[in-house]
Amino acid sequence: MAAAITPTIRIQAEDFDVAAEIARLAEGRGDVGAVVTFSGLCRDENGTLAALELEHYPGMAEAEIGRIAAQAIERWPLTGLTAIHRHGKLRPGENIVLVVAASAHRQAAFEAASFMMDFLKTSAPFWKKEHRPDGSSESWVEAKDQDDLARRKWTES
Amino acid sequence: MKLKYFAWVRERIGKAEEDVELPDTVTTVRELLLWLKGRGEEYDFALQHPEAIRVAINQEHAGHQEKIAGAREIGLFPPMTGG
Repeated sequence: MAAAITPTIRIQAEDFDVAAEIARLAEGRGDVGAVVTFSGLCRDENGTLAALELEHYPGMAEAEIGRIAAQAIERWPLTGLTAIHRHGKLRPGENIVLVVAASAHRQAAFEAASFMMDFLKTSAPFWKKEHRPDGSSESWVEAKDQDDLARRKWTES
Repeated sequence: MKLKYFAWVRERIGKAEEDVELPDTVTTVRELLLWLKGRGEEYDFALQHPEAIRVAINQEHAGHQEKIAGAREIGLFPPMTGG
């Protein structure tokens, strides 16, 4: 098996280019047989949400996603792994998060991308605040039990 | 020691970070939360359910039983909702 890969991790306010991130993991090499991407977008919650404001813990956000990525790299035979998380005010339809996992075969790429997202949601230090269309109220999104359950399934034997 | 607050913990306390001198009796994360809670109304409001607060020591998640000796920076925040 090849030497451990180095993941790409970025925390940024600006948007990302999904096609460019896929190309980055596949271009110029012949050993990549599968690239799985997950993009998380801001929903309008049936018209009740005008924007999400994403706060993060600078420094720890990069470090924690790095720790999650290191676990994924140890667990699956990946040829590349990218995680990008945006912060700041995002409107419905805008990108929030991107995970790209590349491998020789699809199973590893699918599973690694899913693992990354389950851990990102529950361990990466980001918090979402909802803004309403009429500007009336702002409220912090509450953590969901189902996200904790989704994470736990990866550590059950 | 530097304390950093995020999301509604930051809003309720009314500041993003501060430097504090801890008394010798405060040795664990749990003791830190209880000590902070007693510092004033805004802290009491932010930490009214201390068991629900997540903590990071030197930018790494830490349980409430963990010792805080040697910590340069401790972050306090609600459960995370990114992704």
